[in-house]
Amino acid sequence: MSILVIADHDTTAVRQSTLATMTAAGQIGGDVTVLVAGEGCKAAAEDAAKLPGVAKVLCCDSPLYAHHLAESFAALILGIAKDYTHVLAPAVTMGKNTLPRVAALLDVAMLSDISGVVDADTFVRPIYAGNAMATVKSADAIKIITVRGASFDKAEHGSGSATVEDLAPAEDPGLSSFVGQELSKSERPELTSARVVVSGGRGMGSGENFHHIEKLADQLGGAVGASRAAVDAGYAPNDFQVGQTGKIVAPDLYVAVGISGAIQHLAGMKDSKVIVAINKDEEAPIFQVADYGLVADLFEAVPALEAELAKG
Amino acid sequence: MKVLVAVKRVVDYNVKIRVKADKSGVETANVKMSMNPFDEIGVEEAVRLKEAGTATEIVAVSIGPQACQETIRTALAMGADRGILVKTDDEVQPLGVAKIFKALVEKEAPDLVLMGKQAIDDDSNQTGQMLAGLLGWPQATFLSKVELGDGSATMTREIDGGLETISVKMPCVGTVDLRLNTPRYASLPNIMKAKKKPIETIELGDLGVDTAPRLTTVSVEDPPARQAGVMVPDVAALVDKLRNEAKVI
Ligand SMILES: Cc1cc2nc3c(=O)[nH]c(=O)nc-3n(C[C@H](O)[C@H](O)[C@H](O)COP(=O)(O)OP(=O)(O)OC[C@H]3O[C@@H](n4cnc5c(N)ncnc54)[C@H](O)[C@@H]3O)c2cc1C
Ligand SMILES: Nc1ncnc2c1ncn2[C@@H]1O[C@H](COP(=O)(O)O)[C@@H](O)[C@H]1O
Repeated sequence: MSILVIADHDTTAVRQSTLATMTAAGQIGGDVTVLVAGEGCKAAAEDAAKLPGVAKVLCCDSPLYAHHLAESFAALILGIAKDYTHVLAPAVTMGKNTLPRVAALLDVAMLSDISGVVDADTFVRPIYAGNAMATVKSADAIKIITVRGASFDKAEHGSGSATVEDLAPAEDPGLSSFVGQELSKSERPELTSARVVVSGGRGMGSGENFHHIEKLADQLGGAVGASRAAVDAGYAPNDFQVGQTGKIVAPDLYVAVGISGAIQHLAGMKDSKVIVAINKDEEAPIFQVADYGLVADLFEAVPALEAELAKG
Repeated sequence: MKVLVAVKRVVDYNVKIRVKADKSGVETANVKMSMNPFDEIGVEEAVRLKEAGTATEIVAVSIGPQACQETIRTALAMGADRGILVKTDDEVQPLGVAKIFKALVEKEAPDLVLMGKQAIDDDSNQTGQMLAGLLGWPQATFLSKVELGDGSATMTREIDGGLETISVKMPCVGTVDLRLNTPRYASLPNIMKAKKKPIETIELGDLGVDTAPRLTTVSVEDPPARQAGVMVPDVAALVDKLRNEAKVI
């Protein structure tokens, strides 16, 4: 077995999602090569060399891959994919965007968002918003896989000492170009790797009130999430959305405030260790997954919670 | 400009699905079926492009059993001009769907193909990217804004940290995300009109495309159930539980 892991990184270090992908690679077993591609990404490649179980790091430092545009990035991966039995990437925008294109060009199927490894050919993945778990076996010579970060432990970083080799860029197909981006800035921990997540729903009533969620998150050292309804209403930016079509999170503590608990929302958070729900409707489905439920008006309960936590 | 839009028939998003007792899959008999919600957004976008004078013809395509006619009719009632049903009772996985679409693109020569970001049954999020790869076209996934220009398009995408804008050459494949638009409800007169719009049926076998599944489903099971929790009377009790019982704060 020889595995290629496509790293998710910020040019200086690999992201948490890559650590979870390394764990999945370890469960498949075999030689692991990590590809770090980007502009000015040497430091991230050095960082990747310290991942546990990594045999080799390929570093492709080129402006062509600064934004991982699918057309050029898939061409780079295609150039080396034939040397491997498995190509893995985290199920983040980069992996979800690029790997299906790679799979099609190799004429192989793809396994999206796996949550478990049974053996080198067989994997578990959620379907129907996580309301069913499918065990799926691939007959292809190369398995193309994205890995659900919330379902695998983060590999212990720092023990590896792999060699870093330069990889030449592939030819640019010239089909697409980067124009610009608008990233939400936050000092808080990253949503998908935070230990605590506090999410607000439509019940928050306004963007103004959403600051209660932020304050509570800060008191708990957590990240802020939101339901789709809260995002659609403009209370929170779109990249805060937790759920089937948003981020998948599994923190130690998830606090859902003014969220009803639609299956599409539960799909993104029901694997959290401890779930707290605050909702004024005692029939709200969120209480069926909550470890601790509080039936209360959030405009009273949240300030009271802030005060109680402040007591320390 | 011609737009091809994909419409998949799936179990309605409101249905609480049940895993079959023999673990072979999910119960779909006598369950409400609807158009994949993302595909409604794709149809809506195509119709808006037509209303703006950018698109001239919209072709709605569905792959699956005869009942997919209904899904195509919904698209026609929303404003698509005609439909194509690629008929099969067999399972077709994303790579197979992409290959079928490639064959249709070669026949229909559209300038833009719109698909959903993901189908809410298999949650694969693959087909659009695969089609773009097979065609050698650019792809613009997870769209939240579409601006078509001359020979190229400026596309805004939902990405992990926020939004990204890219420029892609035309023709291209776009996959639509939830916030691109809010799909309209078809009006009664438009539902009546849709009954007269043409739907072409193509037997999958006649397309000469290899759609044999590469993935075998070994079993489908219920996800692990959560232990029932407790209700707490007030905030003080909640904080006490979190500190001393769950020990998470
Ligand atoms: C294809 C598709 C994909 C989707 N993907 C996602 C997804 O990824 N993530 C997601 O979240 N949703 C998703 N949805 C939407 C989902 O179906 C629900 O519509 C959404 O989760 C509802 O959000 P909500 O719970 O905030 O709003 P609501 O359902 O309106 O619930 C608001 C809750 O707040 C409570 N409340 C109101 N006022 C107060 C108060 N003062 N104090 C206490 N409680 C109060 C109410 O009792 C209610 O339970 C998707 C839908 C579709 C069709
Ligand atoms: N059987 C099908 N018929 C029509 N469109 C499909 C079909 N399967 C997938 N698609 C399209 O591909 C998108 C993504 O599906 P998936 O890759 O399966 O998540 C869907 O939203 C549809 O637009």
